[in-house]
Amino acid sequence: MSALRQAARAEWTKVRTLPGLLWLLAGVVVLTVAVSTATVAAVHCPAAGCTQDPAKLSLTGVQFGQAGAAVLAVLLISGEYGTGMIRTTVTAVPQRATVLAAKAAVLAGLLLVAGTLAVGGSMLAGRLILPGNGFTGFSPWDGPVLRAAAGSVLYLVLVGLLSLGVATAVRDSAAAVGAVLGLLYLFPILASVVSDPHWYRHLQQIGPMTAGLAVQTTIPAPDAPIGPYPGLAVLTTWALGGLLCGLAAFRYRDA
Amino acid sequence: MTATTTATPYRSAQPVARDGFLRQLHGEWTKFRTVRGWVAGMLTACLVTVAVGLLGAAGNSISCAGPHGSSCHHTALTGPGGEEVRDGMTLVHRPLTGDGSITVRVTSLAGLYPPDGRVPADGDPTAGMVPGVQPWAKAGVIVKDGTKQGSAYAAVALTGSHGVRMQYDYTHDAAGTPGAVSASSPRWLRLTRAGDTLTGYDSADGTHWHTIGTAHLAGLPATVQAGLFSSSPEYLVTSKSLSGSSSNGGPSRATAVFDSVDLRGAAGARWTSDVIGGGGPADPGAAGLGYRQQGGTYTVTGSGDIAPVVPGRGSPAKTVESSLIGAFAGLVVVTVVATMFVTAEYRRGLIRTTLTASPRRGRVLAAKAVVIGAVSFATGLVAAAIAVPLVAAVEKGKGFPMHRTPFATDVRVVLGTAALFAVTAVLALALGTVLRRSAGAVTAVVVAIVLPYILAVAAVLPAGPSRWLTRLTPAAAFAVQQSVHQYAQVAAGYTPADGYFPLSPWAGLAVLCGYAAAVVAAAAVLLRRRDA
Repeated sequence: MSALRQAARAEWTKVRTLPGLLWLLAGVVVLTVAVSTATVAAVHCPAAGCTQDPAKLSLTGVQFGQAGAAVLAVLLISGEYGTGMIRTTVTAVPQRATVLAAKAAVLAGLLLVAGTLAVGGSMLAGRLILPGNGFTGFSPWDGPVLRAAAGSVLYLVLVGLLSLGVATAVRDSAAAVGAVLGLLYLFPILASVVSDPHWYRHLQQIGPMTAGLAVQTTIPAPDAPIGPYPGLAVLTTWALGGLLCGLAAFRYRDA
Repeated sequence: MTATTTATPYRSAQPVARDGFLRQLHGEWTKFRTVRGWVAGMLTACLVTVAVGLLGAAGNSISCAGPHGSSCHHTALTGPGGEEVRDGMTLVHRPLTGDGSITVRVTSLAGLYPPDGRVPADGDPTAGMVPGVQPWAKAGVIVKDGTKQGSAYAAVALTGSHGVRMQYDYTHDAAGTPGAVSASSPRWLRLTRAGDTLTGYDSADGTHWHTIGTAHLAGLPATVQAGLFSSSPEYLVTSKSLSGSSSNGGPSRATAVFDSVDLRGAAGARWTSDVIGGGGPADPGAAGLGYRQQGGTYTVTGSGDIAPVVPGRGSPAKTVESSLIGAFAGLVVVTVVATMFVTAEYRRGLIRTTLTASPRRGRVLAAKAVVIGAVSFATGLVAAAIAVPLVAAVEKGKGFPMHRTPFATDVRVVLGTAALFAVTAVLALALGTVLRRSAGAVTAVVVAIVLPYILAVAAVLPAGPSRWLTRLTPAAAFAVQQSVHQYAQVAAGYTPADGYFPLSPWAGLAVLCGYAAAVVAAAAVLLRRRDA
C-alpha cells in the first residue's frame, strides 16, 4: 500500500509542478459555471407551464466541463509519452498497475475538488437566476437535487477515469482526446436521429454520456430510458472497462 | 614554412531551387502523404461519416399502423416550383375563360379544432372539437389551374390571425390589410386576371381598393377555375418529454361566410364544390365539409392547408441533412489529424527543420493550411457524396417518404459539408500552431464546433439557448447542411432540433470562417514572434 502512496505522491508532484495542469482544472470550473449561468439566464418559462427540470438546466455546464476533465486525464498520461517521461516513471515504479492506480487516484482527487466547485457554482447560479425567469425555486438540500449535484461531480470523475484508460491505450494525446469526445458525443447524436423507440432507449442506456447524465434528472420521469443510479452504474462500467483496457495495453507493451 | 592553402567550401552540385510557394506546398503535401496515420485518419473520417449515417438510418422505423396508415402511402405532392406541398381545401368554383375578376365580401371566419390534437374517432369528425380559428386558416377568392392537387393558383384570403394575404404557387406570400373581420367590419377581396398576371386587392368598404401584390403564373391555361375557398391547417400539439419533443396533430376546420359574390368575365353558369385533398365522399373525415348557399350568401367550410411542406421533428419525411448526421464524427477525426499536422512537428522537433528550410514563417503556415484544407475538403466531399445517396437508399428501402428538394440544394449541402470539413481543419491547424499541444487544441475545436451542435440538435437544451448557440458558436456552420426552408406562412416549430438553424446556410459557414480567420491571424503572429 505504501508503494501506491509513494507513487501517488510522485504523480501529485508532477501535476503540481507542471505548468498548465492546475490552470486547466481552474478552466473546468470557470467553463462549467459560465455555461450553466448563461443557460439559466437565457431560458424563460413559457406561460403554459415549465416542463424543464430546473436542477438539470442549472447543471448544463457539466456537458462542457467534462471536456476539460477529459483533457486533464489524457494529459496526465499522454504528456509522459510525448516527452519520454514515461520511461523514467516506469523505471522508478516498475509495477505498471501501481503507476496507473496512482494516476487514477490523483486524477479522481483533483476532479472531485474541481467538480465540487464547478457544480456548486452552477447550482448557486441556477438558484439565484431561475426563479426570476418564472421557474419554481429548488433547495440544494432536497434529496433529488442533492443527488443530481453529487452525481454530477461523480460524473466528471468517471469521465476523467474513462479518458485516462483510453489515453493509456492510445498514447497519443490528440487521438485520445478525439476518441473520448467522439465516444461521449456519438450516442446523444445517434439517439436524436433514430425514430425506433427501442433503438432510442438502448442508445440512451448504453452511451456513457447519456446514461451518466441521467443522474441530473430531478423531476419524476417515468418514461426516462434509464434511471439515475443505473445510469451512473453504466458510466462506471465504461470507466472501469476503459481503465482495464489501458492497463492491459500498458502492461504488455513497451513504454 | 608551409604553403597556405585555401579551402573552398563545399558547394552542392544541385542547382539552386527556387524557394517558391508551390515547392512549399509540395513539401507539406509530401509530409502529409508519407505519414500513414494521417492518411488513415482521413479515410477513417470518411468512413465514420458514412457509418454513423447508416447506423442512424438502421435505427429508424416507420409504423404503418397510423390512424390513416398515411405515412406509408405517402406520395409526394409537388407544386409548380418542384417543392413538396400540401393542397387541401374546399373549393367552390366556376370555370373562367380568358381575363376576368372575382370580388367577394367576407363577413365572418370561424373555426373548430381538436384541443388535444387527437384525430377524431369514426363517426362525427367534429366530435371533441372546440371553437377557435387557426392562425393560418384561410378563406377567400382563388384562381386555380384546375382542381388537381398541386396545380398553380393565386389567392387573396383572409387568415385567422394574420390579416389579409395574397398567396400564390404555395411558397409566395404577401401581406394585405391586417385585422380580423366581423359582420360590422367586413372585408372585400378581389382577384383579377389579365393574361398570366393576377393582381390581388382588398378593401374595407368595397369602393377604396388597396393593391396587395401581383403574381405571374407562367403557363396558366386560358380556362381556369375561379371561386371561393376555405382551408384550415392541422392543429399541432407539441409535448415536451425527456426524449425531446413530439407532436401530434389533428385536422381543424374553418367556416367562412361570403356575400356580394361578383364573378366577371366569360364564366360558367353553375357553382361546383370540391373537397380538394379529402378522401372523397366516402371519407368520414369529410362529413360537413362543403358549402351552403342561401340567396347571395355562401357559407364555405374547409379543412387542409395550401402551403409548402415543412418537415419538422414530427414529420416522417427524411431530409438530405438527416443522412449527413455522421458528419460530426468525421469532423472530430479531421480535427485530430489537422491538429497533429502541426503539433507533431513541434513534438518531434521537425518544426526547426521546416523553418530552417523555409524561414518565411507566414508562408509555412499558409502552405500547411492549403494542404490540410484541400485534403479535408476532398475527404468531406467524398464522405458526403457517398453518405447522401447511400443513407437515402436505406431509408427509402425501409419505406420512409423522402422530402423532395431541388437538385441545387443537394449539391449545396454536399459541397457545404466539404467546406465545413475544410474550414474546421484550418481552424484546428491554426489552433494547434497557437497552443503547440494536441490535446488542448483538439478539445477546444471539438467543444467549440461539435458540442453546441449536439446540445442544439439533440434537443438537450430548450429552443432559446439552442438558437443562440447555433448563431454565435462555430457550430453555426452546420446550417450549411440545412435543406429545409422556413416559411413565414406555415406555423411549425422552427427550432435547431427540427433542423432549422437561425442563420442562412452561407451565413452560418461565414461564422465558422470568421473564427478560423481570427485564429489563423493569431497563429501567424505567434509563429513569427515565438522561437520554434
